Amino acid sequence: MPKIKIPKSSPSIDMTPMVDLAFLLVTFFMLSSTLKSPEPVEVDYPTSISDHIIPKNVIMITIDKGGRVFFDISNAEARKELLANMGTKYKIKFNEEQFKKFSFMSTFGCTMQELPQYIDMESGARKAFNTKGIPLDSLNNQLKDWIFYGNIAALNTGKTNYEEAKLSGEEPEMNDFKPKFILRVDGKAVYVHAQNVINVFRDLKLNNLNFVTSMEMAPL
Amino acid sequence: MADMGEGGGGGGHDKGKKRAKKSSTRVDMTPMVDLAFLLLTFFVLTATFSKPKVMSMVYPAKPDPLDLTKPPKINNAITFLITEGDTLFYYTGQYYSVPTGDKPATVLEETNFGPNGVRKLLADLNKSVLIGKEGLDKQLENKEIQDSTYLRKLIDLKKEREALKVLIKTDDKATTKNFIDLVDELKIAEIGVIAPVDILASELELLKSKIK
Repeated sequence: MPKIKIPKSSPSIDMTPMVDLAFLLVTFFMLSSTLKSPEPVEVDYPTSISDHIIPKNVIMITIDKGGRVFFDISNAEARKELLANMGTKYKIKFNEEQFKKFSFMSTFGCTMQELPQYIDMESGARKAFNTKGIPLDSLNNQLKDWIFYGNIAALNTGKTNYEEAKLSGEEPEMNDFKPKFILRVDGKAVYVHAQNVINVFRDLKLNNLNFVTSMEMAPL
Repeated sequence: MADMGEGGGGGGHDKGKKRAKKSSTRVDMTPMVDLAFLLLTFFVLTATFSKPKVMSMVYPAKPDPLDLTKPPKINNAITFLITEGDTLFYYTGQYYSVPTGDKPATVLEETNFGPNGVRKLLADLNKSVLIGKEGLDKQLENKEIQDSTYLRKLIDLKKEREALKVLIKTDDKATTKNFIDLVDELKIAEIGVIAPVDILASELELLKSKIK
């Protein structure tokens, strides 16, 4: 019996379109993704329909699941001014190197006394740093000082940025340069923890706060 | 036919003519493709698409201890009491821990975060604003009013006497998720006045008795 011959087609397929697409996607994701700076704390945001983006000049308080409080301020110049003020207030001396490191640091949650040690750490090791967060009880309310001096520092840098924008011929709104206060609270955190922090803000007459949320669809 | 110019033979008899060695024009792309997909997988998995957004919240100013004027009476108010889980409680109007005058003591009503719960309730109670907003939306669509006028009128509308005002009170078990969910519902219902306030001890007890 004669064997049935199967027509032999070339085993190599033209992969060019697939490769084109793969590289296109690689390029897209490379350019669109922004590398996240390592943060010492993970937070799961609650969801809301709000679609306002996070403003530029901010003071950000993070509250994790267990109620630990972390502080962050966005502007590098303001950070230096803030650290200088906090150093004088708590009588802690920081050297030039620590100022520089602090100005590029992400959010932190340690007491003033632990801060020099924390700044000297490698950024990778900071996550493992055992801390109870920034204290905010009435006897040792360090958070209040951070917010108070942070607000002053952020106002000053906001003002200089505003003047610069004005000189460069734009028509800036003063309001856009004022510091905004952001609360990043884990959805599972008990609201009382957030309330304690909010009360610190309210004591300083800062009543306009913003909660970070991830977006969900508005019902139609 | 194709190799006519090569010596006219066509029969394939090479007479010692040197031919340039023909190497394949195809390069093996497999390693490159492997790498491309590896990178693609990495970036797809690490990419965060939705940037977090912010929801603005205005807290009432702390009362000045020297200021002796009584806080203004709020018309058409509803108070929500949040506790853990999916249920929440509310009462309308003023709070009476004991029957006062012709008013009976406050009773807590129960509702939930589902679409038939708090959303429906708020839509009913805040009807005047929602209807007013619909009219304004239509005017904006027909270009009868400007954007800025629209926003100003919307803010005025939310402050009107008929508009619903909401107070939020939380017990010590309520999570931030519950709180944000409720505020979110209030924003969906176009409520302009939202005030998170401290819970009274008698309200806390009422809430506890209701949970049991």
